[in-house]
Amino acid sequence: MIGLEHYLIVAATLFVIGIFGIFLNRKNIIILLMSIELMLLAVNINLVAFSAYLGDLTGQVFTLFVLTVAAAEAAIGLAILVCFFRNRGTIDVEDVNVMKG
Amino acid sequence: MSAQIFAFYLFAVSCVAGGLFTVIARNPVHSVLWLILSFLSAAGLFILLGAEFVAMLLIIVYVGAVAVLFLFVVMMLDVDFAELKAEMARYMPLALLIGVVILMQLAMAFGVWTTAEGVTLADRPDAIAGGGDHNTDALGRILYDKYFLAFQLSGLVLLVAMVGAIVLTLRHRDYVKRQDALQQIYRDPAVAMEIKDVKSGQGL
Repeated sequence: MIGLEHYLIVAATLFVIGIFGIFLNRKNIIILLMSIELMLLAVNINLVAFSAYLGDLTGQVFTLFVLTVAAAEAAIGLAILVCFFRNRGTIDVEDVNVMKG
Repeated sequence: MSAQIFAFYLFAVSCVAGGLFTVIARNPVHSVLWLILSFLSAAGLFILLGAEFVAMLLIIVYVGAVAVLFLFVVMMLDVDFAELKAEMARYMPLALLIGVVILMQLAMAFGVWTTAEGVTLADRPDAIAGGGDHNTDALGRILYDKYFLAFQLSGLVLLVAMVGAIVLTLRHRDYVKRQDALQQIYRDPAVAMEIKDVKSGQGL
């Protein structure tokens, strides 16, 4: 019998893989954005699993909102990336020091 | 029932494997394809949970829009990915350490986790808790009623993201000739044309 715990373990593993990817691909901002998408997907799995097993649809509504924010974030992130690549000719994150931050 | 268990393990393993290969693949195009596998498997998990609407939305939005956007950008940018990947081995120990630490923290939190008083976890997923015939119906009832304002605001977020992406990436190139309709309309024959009286046998 598949219980809530099974889904939580899958989501936790996926979330850790996302964090792992962020630290592994420090230079490649495209993979970095994909790792963030993976982490958001893990959050979505958690929300839907709890929603289904608690009998409350609010979790699925929030999944929709997380999905919206993830799509917006990917669009803006990739637009900034394209802009940055046009100006600098590289996508190395460690070169991002225009603002001296 | 055993088919359900088999489907769960199939989707769970392919979801996690897709995520893992997304972050360690050498070629970013392969990364995007593994990401698509991960999203599709997550959609399968959602269907097992009875959340059909979110599953279909995941396929349409993530696979249809976000992943294709990633694919476009990966193929459009002429980046030397081999150089970027070369330093991956350097970060591997740190990344593994942090990943294992966070995984252990999650496991420890999971070990002491209990449900609160008065909360009962169902034996099997319940997808139409809000009333209605099916999951999409129930979700629509709650989304357009209780969360209507948040729904509209999320539409605004998408609008702002769209405008922002266009503003960031649009550029006017001077060497490209474009049609200017107003200039064409206001063109004056008196200025644009000149009539010359050519004498015969002489030419201009």
